[in-house]
Amino acid sequence: MSETSKVAPHSLEGAEIATRRRIKNSMATLAMACAFLMAATPLLLMSLTVVVKGIGVVVSADWWSQPIPGDVGRVDLAGNTTMCDLGFGDPATCAGQGGITTTVKGMQPAIVGTLLTVVGASMLAVPLGVMGAVYLNEYGKSGRIARTVRFMTEVMVGVPSVVMGVFIYSIWVVKFGTAGKSAFAASLALACLMLPIIVRSTEEMLRLVPDSLREASAALGTRTWLTTIKVVVPAAIAGIVSGCLLAVARAAGETAPVVFTIGFVTTTNWSFSGQNTTLSAQIYSQLQNGGNVATQLAWGSAVTLVLIVLVLTLSARFVTRRFALG
Amino acid sequence: MAQNLVGASETNQTGATNAGAETPDQPFGGLQPSRLIPGFGETPDTAVSPLADIPGLLVDEPAPDNPTVFEVGALNVFYGEFRAVRDVTMSVREREITSFIGPSGCGKSTVLRCFNRMNDLVAGARVEGKLEYFGVDLYSERVNPVEVRRRIGMVFQKPNPFPKSIFDNVAYGPKIAGTKKKSDLEDIVERSLRQAALWDEVKDRLNSSALGMSGGQQQRLCIARAMAVDPEVILMDEPCSALDPIATARIEDLMRQLKDDYTILIVTHNMQQAARVSDATAFFSTEESAAGDRRSGVLVEFDRTDKIFSVPSDERTENYITGRFG
Repeated sequence: MSETSKVAPHSLEGAEIATRRRIKNSMATLAMACAFLMAATPLLLMSLTVVVKGIGVVVSADWWSQPIPGDVGRVDLAGNTTMCDLGFGDPATCAGQGGITTTVKGMQPAIVGTLLTVVGASMLAVPLGVMGAVYLNEYGKSGRIARTVRFMTEVMVGVPSVVMGVFIYSIWVVKFGTAGKSAFAASLALACLMLPIIVRSTEEMLRLVPDSLREASAALGTRTWLTTIKVVVPAAIAGIVSGCLLAVARAAGETAPVVFTIGFVTTTNWSFSGQNTTLSAQIYSQLQNGGNVATQLAWGSAVTLVLIVLVLTLSARFVTRRFALG
Repeated sequence: MAQNLVGASETNQTGATNAGAETPDQPFGGLQPSRLIPGFGETPDTAVSPLADIPGLLVDEPAPDNPTVFEVGALNVFYGEFRAVRDVTMSVREREITSFIGPSGCGKSTVLRCFNRMNDLVAGARVEGKLEYFGVDLYSERVNPVEVRRRIGMVFQKPNPFPKSIFDNVAYGPKIAGTKKKSDLEDIVERSLRQAALWDEVKDRLNSSALGMSGGQQQRLCIARAMAVDPEVILMDEPCSALDPIATARIEDLMRQLKDDYTILIVTHNMQQAARVSDATAFFSTEESAAGDRRSGVLVEFDRTDKIFSVPSDERTENYITGRFG
């Protein structure tokens, strides 16, 4: 009797349990906050570093409109070229130093090249990838062909990007020689990289569309392909666009497939044929050049790349929202 | 025929006891449940029924000249090797409400989905036996399932409006069927929404999303959507199971109105609903499959609704209806 009267109110009111639970709760909250900080800190530091180091050259209009200073490496190794020579220096400091202040100071070729290759790769990979995913999820389902394709896609997601570069190099650049190095060749390599990502993410999104919608459409006398176009894809469009965008952003930042296939230029090439360059390739080669100026060009390219991806993401979000409401 | 009549008079006695006493525990006097389904291809012979002189009990006298819409004979539905439902034999009459009742897993939804070939969409589903629609074998190779589904509409258990506007939901079917003129579509949308008793509630917000409506409104929207393609038959798979009693009452009113123009088949868990709205009732039950490991469904009895609910000829029907489920 006395035992129960001791225990019962204790466990009912549970002052001690409540306290313990509060402590546990606080500790878990703290742990989560720490985890967030640990995840966010590198990201913040990275963004900050890239912007601080690169923004200086990017804000100039010349950066977007002028050719790449092709001889930074040579000049810099000679120890003669300074920021003033490239037109980036502070005019007051540079006033007495002379040098070539107007001719070489841009990154337009790489910006144009990046846009070309990414647009080209998207035009190749997005329709194919989305249609492939539609086949897998709406038609192939668990048939033998679909299972094989799905497995191959999964394998392809894991293939390192450099392998895609070597692959296109071997079937395209080797065949056509130096003339084969072009924005188109780079687009091919990036498309190989994007395709499995798009197939995977799109199929995942299509799978989320409830079967009840497909049934509702079928019950109104709609053929499967019309149901797919009118109901299933629109219902999943937001996710499909996000997935494609992820692939685009990934492709825009890829270096390895590009350096094998695109060649090198210092003047803007608006064509898919002929050698070209991209921002990621510039980051790579400018850092190899080494030296103060080349490093500046590399940081500037990094900021530009981040900006391009950011603009792409934001515009796609905007477009997706419009889609979803309409 | 003779056996049938004997069966009827025997069971009518039980039924009379039923109507009089609260707890009918009298067995069927050794009468084996007839495999000849009463009511198949004939109208019940109410002249010999001792119930005929109990006023108000036989609510709905059958209209003997209603043409037969569906003639079902020895229908079996398989999922792969598994026979989900066996031996369904019934005839569904025009401009009547035919309800399917029975415990969960007895295959009533499965059978319903055969009537517009929705089971085609389920991998491995197969149908054997006779299922004729105005004399045409629905499962003949010459029959176009898309056209079948356009003529035989369906309303599902869970309201499943498309993630589109209210207008676009209703206009979807007509658009697919080829109606292009905006004014025609507007007429169809208004007519369908009026038929579904939804027009007054939504006429001012036709362009807002259908997903913002209440569950009852969504279900009526789905009914409107099904009627917009001007079907000949409407199949309803537990249309009220997700709705509250008020919304249910509205749908039931709606069904009674629609009966003037449409043939309706409804699956319901709610026996009162079947008794309230339907003219004919099919009772399905479960049984151990031949292998003994899975439960499959079987049509136990098909007859006029008043007969099923007052003088069922099968013991299993009686047990189910009186709440002694066996």
